[in-house]
Amino acid sequence: MQVTPYSRARARPVGSRRRELYVWYLMRVTGVALFVLALAHFSILHFIWDPAEQTAEFVLEQRWNQIFWRGFDWLLLMSVLFHGFLGVRTVVLDYINRPRLRTGVLWSLYALAVFLLIVGTEVILTLPVPGGE
Amino acid sequence: MSRLTAVLTYRGREGMVAWAFHRISGIGIFAFIVLHVVDIYLIGGNPELYDEVLAFYASVPGRLLEVVLGAALLYHALNGLRIIIIDLWPRMTVYHRALWWATWVIFIVVGVPGALIILRPIWLQFLRDVGLA
Repeated sequence: MQVTPYSRARARPVGSRRRELYVWYLMRVTGVALFVLALAHFSILHFIWDPAEQTAEFVLEQRWNQIFWRGFDWLLLMSVLFHGFLGVRTVVLDYINRPRLRTGVLWSLYALAVFLLIVGTEVILTLPVPGGE
Repeated sequence: MSRLTAVLTYRGREGMVAWAFHRISGIGIFAFIVLHVVDIYLIGGNPELYDEVLAFYASVPGRLLEVVLGAALLYHALNGLRIIIIDLWPRMTVYHRALWWATWVIFIVVGVPGALIILRPIWLQFLRDVGLA
C-alpha cells in the first residue's frame, strides 16, 4: 500500500469539483443532525432504559409503537448512513491509491450502504404495530 | 514506524491528535452501525436471536464495550461540533486551543457519569459484596 506523506485535510473543497463541495456540506449537515439524533438515541437506550430490559417485544411495544419514534429512528438511519459511508469514503480516498483497488473498495462500500438502507427501512416500515389498526 | 506516522499525520502538527482520534472513533462507530442495523433487522426476522444479542449487550463485557462505544460517539460528536464551529466561523481559529480543551472538559463531565450509569450493575454488585450497599 502506498501512503501519501500526509493525509488530505478536509478543508472546504474549492475549484470546479462541485461534487466534493456537496459531500463536504452533507458531512456537516448530517453531523449536526447526528449530534442531536445519535446522542439522544444512545442516551435513551442506555441511561433511561437499560439494555437488560430490551427484548424484541420491548422494541415493539415501547419503542416502535409510535410513529414518532419510527420516524426518529429512520432519520437517524439516513443521517448515519450518509455520514458514516461518506466518512469511510474519505478514508478510502486517503489510503488506497491503486486505482482498481480503490474503485472496487468504493463500490463495495456503496453496495453495503444501499443494503443497510434497504434492510433498515424495511424493518422500520414493515414491523407490525401491536394493537394497531 | 515511518509508515504509521505517515498514516496518522495531518498537515503539519496542529490538531493532529484531534484528527487521528476523530478518524479512529469514526471507523469504530461505523463498524458498530453495520452490526446494529443488522441486529435491529432481527426483531422482525428472528426475535429470539435478537433477545440473545441484547442479552450480550446487558452482560459485563457488553457493557464495557458500550462504554467504549459511548466514549467514541461522545468524542466524535464534540470534536465534530468543534470542526463545524471553526469551519463556519473562521475567527474561532484564534481560540482553537481553548475549544480543544473545552471538548475534553465536556467529554469528562458528561462521559464519566454516563459510564457509571452503564456500568452500574457491576459496581452495585461490588458494593454489595463488600457490604456497602
